[in-house]
Amino acid sequence: MATILPDEPLAAAPAAIETPFQRFVRDFFASRLATAGLIIFMIILAIAIIAPAISPQNPYDLSQLDILDGRQPPGATSGAGFVFWLGSDDQGRDMLSGIFYGLRISLAVGVISTVLALVIGGALGLFAAYAGGRLESLIMRIVDIQLSFPAILVALILLAVLGQGMDKIIIALVTVQWAYYARTVRATALVERRKEYVEAARCLGLSHARIMFRHLLPNCMPPLIVVATVQVAHAIALEATLSFLGIGLPITEPSLGLLIARGYEYLLSGKYWISFFPGVALLLTIVSINLIGDQLRDVLNPRLQH
Amino acid sequence: MTAFIIRRVMQAVVVLLVMSLLVFGGVYLLGNPVDVLIAADADQLERQRAITALGLDRPLWEQYLVFVRDVLHGDLGKSFVYNIPALQLILQRMPATLELALTSMTIAVGLGIPLGLYAGYRPQSFLARTIMAGSILGFSLPTFWVGLMLIMVFAVELGWLPSTGRGATATVFGITSSLFTRDGLAHVLLPALNLALFNLALVIRLTRAGMQENMPMDYVKFARAKGLTMRRVILVHVFKNILIPLVTVIGLQLGAVFAFAVVTESIFAWPGMGKLIIDSINRLDRPVVVAYLLVTVTMFVLINLIVDILYSVLDPRVRLSDRS
Repeated sequence: MATILPDEPLAAAPAAIETPFQRFVRDFFASRLATAGLIIFMIILAIAIIAPAISPQNPYDLSQLDILDGRQPPGATSGAGFVFWLGSDDQGRDMLSGIFYGLRISLAVGVISTVLALVIGGALGLFAAYAGGRLESLIMRIVDIQLSFPAILVALILLAVLGQGMDKIIIALVTVQWAYYARTVRATALVERRKEYVEAARCLGLSHARIMFRHLLPNCMPPLIVVATVQVAHAIALEATLSFLGIGLPITEPSLGLLIARGYEYLLSGKYWISFFPGVALLLTIVSINLIGDQLRDVLNPRLQH
Repeated sequence: MTAFIIRRVMQAVVVLLVMSLLVFGGVYLLGNPVDVLIAADADQLERQRAITALGLDRPLWEQYLVFVRDVLHGDLGKSFVYNIPALQLILQRMPATLELALTSMTIAVGLGIPLGLYAGYRPQSFLARTIMAGSILGFSLPTFWVGLMLIMVFAVELGWLPSTGRGATATVFGITSSLFTRDGLAHVLLPALNLALFNLALVIRLTRAGMQENMPMDYVKFARAKGLTMRRVILVHVFKNILIPLVTVIGLQLGAVFAFAVVTESIFAWPGMGKLIIDSINRLDRPVVVAYLLVTVTMFVLINLIVDILYSVLDPRVRLSDRS
């Protein structure tokens, strides 16, 4: 059984034989499903990044919208000769452009909140494992208690207290997520802490911070990466749910969840496209990230390696 | 054992105190409580009188103590919108949510166990693969979108089932519920199915994993060698062993169903607690929001407490490891 990562920092891996990174890439692309997931996700990411350049219309620019073009079915042409490939919403907004811009917001919220939660939760978990004692049990008790409540309830409490807004939903998502990282990092770090390389680093008289972040942390990364990937999908789904309920993002810059929510009232009269297409975009995003996460878990799990 | 229970109860009390501080802090510090609690058209004199009457001129810690005292007396304030006590309003809505949660759990268990047993018994068959692929979808699809699609397909396109609201109720043995009428059952089916999807996927996976773990065991071979039918071996012998982890997870998920009912109730306009909290947040009906949060958190703390204690009764290792 091979260890997955060398004890020295990743960048210093020798180039002569197959590096761990090369092996990782080969293992990852062995699954066709995961490769498809990665390709879909890359396309979605590219669309989100270059949305302003490829959208037929700026959905936030009210002067470009004509209320007379409202609720056009997919493929309809507007009075100005503009084609709504995926239909238009109640304000005459092109759904395709709305989805491109919505993806941008949904992905941004998901990624930013995950990174923040990763940093905060990871640091606390690492610290808990390294310091031990009363502080460790305090941090882990808080983690236990928080994880005994469903994520949506915690987010609901926070948003009910804080109110609406991009910054507030990110705070809520970070609060919901940090505990997962703290628990994951601590579990790995507790095992790693007892290994010889940590003892060696301590004998060299390195500072605690250096041992924690340069020696322990790189070896705790694999499970952290897996959890983070899956959590991005969770964060995006949770944000969409909260925005759908009308307590997440404000109406001015609609994310996918809000687009779906606005189509809800027209759904009952058979105008499915306002809710349906943003939903498909959301679905593709979440499923593709989950496929990547599943494969990462298999590839990075040392127990499954031979 | 007693020491363990006392420690757990104390922990539950601490969690409740922290939550009450958070809710108090959120409502009374972040926003100006006077704006929230007093009508906007009140003049300066009325404002001053209300501030004194509400005790808002007193020090903060004193206000918190008053808040806690009122809560302990079951006084969570009056709803601005309905003008009845917030707690009463929530308790009125609770049966509808309970009904939805129980129906969805019944669907998840009633469908999930047979499907999971089959998927574990014949893992290579086409049907088993389809079931497993479906369970992955059950985990990844956002509940609210599935709800919309259910409405679109079964209510709008096919017109088989009503899309919103709770049906007629009837009283049987002193319990009033919409589950006792045809109309009520038709109304509950779609929302319950929507709420059940995640747990259905979970039950399928757990049952399948249990089957795959138990089937190669010696006791199964022995039972077969004894001449028992496969049917009896699975449904009696193996099933008992699968049931232990299943019951644990289902118990824990019951609480989560309550929380997730917020989403389903909003989509299907189901008049339960979840819809009430979302409506109250949007209408700035703060007393109801505070009451809902406190009631739900208390409920969760109690569920966790009971599960912890039950665990320690069933498995002594839990309370022993807690001591270290």
